[in-house]
Amino acid sequence: MDTILNIQNVSKTYQSAGRTLTVLDNINFSVEAGSTMSIVGPSGSGKTTLLGLCAGLDRSSAGMVELHNIKLDGLNEDERAQVRNQYVGFIFQSFQLMPTLTALENVMVPLELRGERKIKHIALDLLDKVGLADRGHHYPSQLSGGEQQRVSLARAFSNKPRILFADEPTGSLDAETSEKVIELMFGLNKEAGTTLILVTHDADLASKTQRIIRIKGGKVISDERTTREN
Amino acid sequence: MNYKTSLNLRWLLLMAWRDSRRNRSRLLLFISSIVLGIAALVAIYSLGDNVRMDIDRQAAGLIGADLEISTNKPVEPQMKGLLDSLGDKRSEELYFASMVYFPKSQGTRLVQVRALKGEFPYYGSLETTPAAAGKSFRTRQAALVDKTLMLQYKAQVGDSVKVGNISFVIAGTLLKAPGQTGLSTSVAPAVYIPLAYLEQTGLSQKGSRINYKFYYKYNRPVDIQQLVKTLEPRLDKEGFNYNTVENQKENTGRSFTDLTNFLSLVGFIALLLGCIGVASSIHIYIKEKVGSIAILRCLGVKAMQAFLIFLIQIVGIGCIGSIIGAALGTLVQQFLPLVLKDFIAVEITTAVSWSAIAAGIVLGIFISLLFALLPLVSLRKISPLNTLRVSLNETDISRDKAKWIIYGLILLFIVFFTYLQLGEWLPTFFFTGGILIAFFILTGMAMLLMWLVRKFFPSSWSYLWRQGLSNLYRPNNQTIILIVSIGLGTFFICTLFSVQSILLNRITFSASGNQPNMVLFDIQSGQKDQVANLAKQYRLPILQQVPVVNMRLEQINGRTAATISNTDSNSRRGVFTREYRVTYRDALTASEKITEGKWHGKTEGATGTAYISIEQGWARRQKIQIGDTMVFNVQGAMVPTIVGSFREVDWNRIQTNFLVVFPTGILEEAPQFHVLLTRVASDEASARFQQAMVQQLPNVSIIDLGLVLKTLDDILEKIGFVIRFMAAFSIITGLVVLIASVLISKYQRIQESVLLRTLGASRRQILVITALEYFFLGALASLTGILLSLAGSWALAKYTFKTVFVVQPLPLVVVFVLICLLTVAIGLMNSRGVLKRSPLEVLRGEG
Repeated sequence: MDTILNIQNVSKTYQSAGRTLTVLDNINFSVEAGSTMSIVGPSGSGKTTLLGLCAGLDRSSAGMVELHNIKLDGLNEDERAQVRNQYVGFIFQSFQLMPTLTALENVMVPLELRGERKIKHIALDLLDKVGLADRGHHYPSQLSGGEQQRVSLARAFSNKPRILFADEPTGSLDAETSEKVIELMFGLNKEAGTTLILVTHDADLASKTQRIIRIKGGKVISDERTTREN
Repeated sequence: MNYKTSLNLRWLLLMAWRDSRRNRSRLLLFISSIVLGIAALVAIYSLGDNVRMDIDRQAAGLIGADLEISTNKPVEPQMKGLLDSLGDKRSEELYFASMVYFPKSQGTRLVQVRALKGEFPYYGSLETTPAAAGKSFRTRQAALVDKTLMLQYKAQVGDSVKVGNISFVIAGTLLKAPGQTGLSTSVAPAVYIPLAYLEQTGLSQKGSRINYKFYYKYNRPVDIQQLVKTLEPRLDKEGFNYNTVENQKENTGRSFTDLTNFLSLVGFIALLLGCIGVASSIHIYIKEKVGSIAILRCLGVKAMQAFLIFLIQIVGIGCIGSIIGAALGTLVQQFLPLVLKDFIAVEITTAVSWSAIAAGIVLGIFISLLFALLPLVSLRKISPLNTLRVSLNETDISRDKAKWIIYGLILLFIVFFTYLQLGEWLPTFFFTGGILIAFFILTGMAMLLMWLVRKFFPSSWSYLWRQGLSNLYRPNNQTIILIVSIGLGTFFICTLFSVQSILLNRITFSASGNQPNMVLFDIQSGQKDQVANLAKQYRLPILQQVPVVNMRLEQINGRTAATISNTDSNSRRGVFTREYRVTYRDALTASEKITEGKWHGKTEGATGTAYISIEQGWARRQKIQIGDTMVFNVQGAMVPTIVGSFREVDWNRIQTNFLVVFPTGILEEAPQFHVLLTRVASDEASARFQQAMVQQLPNVSIIDLGLVLKTLDDILEKIGFVIRFMAAFSIITGLVVLIASVLISKYQRIQESVLLRTLGASRRQILVITALEYFFLGALASLTGILLSLAGSWALAKYTFKTVFVVQPLPLVVVFVLICLLTVAIGLMNSRGVLKRSPLEVLRGEG
C-alpha cells in the first residue's frame, strides 16, 4: 500500500515567558493510504498539535511532514492552504461551519474554491447521504448539534479528500447522536476510500480504527494495530 | 503542484455577498459613521459649485455697473475730464462714516452715509421695502435706511432721520445693495441719500474723510478689461482705484473659496472622526470573524482571498454609505444659504451638483476603504489553527509592517486632501499637525483616564457603580474612540464659546478703570475747542486729543511703486498704494515704548529734518531699517522723512495708535482732522452726549464701547453660527459612532446581562449598570473636550489676545450635562434589546 502521510522526527516547541516549551518531541510514524488511525492521549498530551501538523495547519519546529508525497515544511501558508483544499478534509469537535452560510453553501465551499462549476448537485447528494437533503437552506444556528456535525461531514467529503482529519468529532454530541455521526463518518470513509485520522479521548471510537497511536507528554508511547478491518 | 492559482474573483464576490447577508444591518451601521462627514462635504461642494455659477451669473450685479472707479480725495479738474468721458451712463456716489439721529426714538448711531446721483445700480437693484423706494428717494429729500437700523431704532417708513444739518424722510427700508453682505451691514449699516442734498447736510467740508465712487455703464459692447489696462497708469498715478465685473468676480470667488475651504476642512474633521469610528467598528467585526476566517483557511482559502472577501464587503457598504451621505448632503445644501447668507453677496441657488455628489461618493469609498484597511490587514495573519484552539484567536498584529504603511497612507491622504482645499503647503502642515496633535492629546487623555480608573478603582462603591465603571475598560470597549469623537466635538463648541467671550471681555476689560470708552473723530480743526467744551459741559474728561493727517507713501530709500512693481511682492507694493493716517506729537503715549533708535519729538536742524517713528512689527514686515528715508505725499505736498525709531505699541487699548508718528513742527498746517478720547460713566450719559453732539456738530462721528461690543457680538454670533453648524456634524458623528458601538457590542452585552440575570440580577439593576456606563462615558468624553478647550482658550487668551482668561463655568456645565444626558439616552435606547432578551434564548445560542 502507498504511504499517504509520513512523519519523521517531528518536534514542536513554543516560546513562553522566556522558556522553551516542548509540546511534541521527535515523533515518527507513517500512515498508509485508505487506512484508519486514531491518536489518543490525555488532555495536554499534544494530540491536537500533532493533528494540526499532519494536516498542514501549522509548521513543525523540527523534522519532516510529508502528505501525499508533498513536503509541507517547505511550503508557505498559502501553498499549504492549496494542499489542504486538494487533498484534505476536516471534521472538528465544534463543527466549525460558517455561520453566515447555509448548510448547502457550507458544503459547496471547498468545491467552489477549486473553481469547479455545477457543483450544487454534488453538495445536495452529500447532504442527502447525511440525511439533511431538506435542510440545505438552513443556517447553522437553525440546526441541532448533530445536524451541524452531519453538514460538517458532508463538507469534509465534498472535495473527495485523500485524507480526512477528525478532531474529537463526537466531543460535543450526546451518545445517541454520536453513534449516528460515527456510523456516517465510517460509512462515507469506506465508500470514498479515504484515509481517516481521528483524534479522540473516546476509547470506543478509537477502537473502531485499524491503528491507535497513544501519546503522552508529547511523545508516542504506543503504536498498536487493532483487529478491525477497513 | 501549481500553487499559483487565480484569486477567483467571481467566487470572492459571491462569498462577500453571502457573508454579508446576516451582517448587513451591522455593516450599514459601521458605515453610518461616515455618512455625516460625506454629507457635510457634499453639501459644501454643492454649495461651492452653485455659488461659482451664481457669481458668474450675478457678477454684474455685484458692482452694479460695468466699471467702478474710486478715490478717497476730491477729484481734481484734470481727472474730472477723464471721469466724465467714460461710459454711456454715469453715476456718482460719495460715502463716509457719520452719525445719524432718529428723532422719534432719539437714537444716534454711526453709519455709512452714501450720497448717490444717477441711476446706479445698472445691474441688480437697491432692494427696498416698499420696492419703489429704491428709485423714488433720489428725486426728493428722502433716505433709504438699512433694515438693521430700522429695527434697532424702531423706525418706520415715513419717519425722519437727521443726517448732518438736515432731516430726510425715510422713503424705504434698504434690504440689499450691490455687493453688500449681512456681515458688512453689521459693521457699517448704510443710509442712502440723494447727492444733491449732501451740501446741505454740512458733512462734506474740507478735511472730511469722504470716499468717491464713479459707476459707468456701456450700452455698446466694450472690452472693459482692455479699457482699464489703458487707464491704469493714469489712475494709479492719481491715486484712483478701479473695479470691473471680472475683478469683482475674482475677488468674490476668492473670498468665497476661502470660506468653503474652511468649511470643508471642518466637514473633513467630521469625516475623519467617522472613519476612526468605522475602523474601530470593523476591528470588532473582524475579531468576531476570526473563527469563520480560520475555517476558510482550513478549507484552502488563501490569505489574500480571505482579505479580499471582507474588503469587497467594505467597498460595497462604503459605496452605499457614501450614496446615503451624498443624498443627505444634497438635502443639507438646501439649508446652507440660510446659514451663510450673511457672508456671501450673491443670491445662492441650491441646484443638485452631480460633480459634488460624485466627488463625495468617491471620497467616501476611498476613505472608508483606507481606514478599514487598518483592521482588515490583520486578517492575513489569522491562522487556520484557530479552528482547533480558540486561545489562538488573539493574533499579535502590532508588529505588522502593513499597518504602519497604512498609517502612512492615511497621513498622506490627510495632507493631500488638506492641500487640495488650502492650496498652500504651510497651512496644510499646520492643519495636519493640529489634527494629529488634537487626536493624540484626546487619545492620550482617554488612555490616561482609563488607566486612572483602573489604578484608583473605587472598590468601596456599590456593585452597580463598580460594574458600570469597569465596563469602560473591558475587552472590545469603545471608550477611546468615543472620547476622541465626542471630546473633539465638545472641544470645538466650548472653544468657540470661550473665544467669543474672550474677545468681548477683552474689549470690556480694556475700557475698564479710567481707560477711554468713547472715541470722537472727524473733528475739524476749527471744531476742536467746541467739542472739548461740550465734553466738559457734560462732565466728560478729555483723555486724549490727537490730530490725524491722511497721506500716501511715495518713496522708500528712493524706490517708488513704479520701480519695485515688477520685482517685489504684493505686500511690498501695498505700502505704496495704501492710505496712511498719521499723527504728530512731541511725546510718547503710555501705550508706546521705543525699542530701537531714538525718539525725536520735534523737527530738527536748520533744514527741518523730520525723524519719524514706526511701529516695530510693521517695520519688520516691510524690512524698514533705522535711517531709511521715506517720502510721504500729503495732499500733493512731498514730505521727506528719516526713520528715527521703532516703537512697540499696545494695540489692545481703546485709544488712537498709529503705525507712523511724525514729530511736531511739520504737519501742523496740513489738512487734518482730530480725534478725542473720553470716558462716559453710563449708557444714558453716552446717549445724552451723543444726541447733543449730533445736534451741534453733526459731522463729528462717535464710536462708543457699547457699539463696538454690539458690532463684535453680531459678527461673532454670525461666524459662530456657521462654526456651530459645522461642529454639529462632528458631535452627531460622535453620537452615531456611539450608537454603532453600542449595537456592535450588543451580543456580548446580552450574554453578560443574561448571565447576571441568571445569577439573580433584576432588570432594574441591569438598567442602572448600563446607564452608569454611558454616564461615565459621556462624562469622560465631555470632560476631556472641556479640559482641552479650557487649556486651548487659556493659551489663546494669554498668547494671542494677551488678556486674562476668566472661566465661565455655567455654559461649560450646561454642555457637560447635555452631553452626558444625550449619551445615556442613546446608550439606553440602543440597549433595550439587551434588557428584553430572555436568558434561555441566549443560553441556547440564538442571540
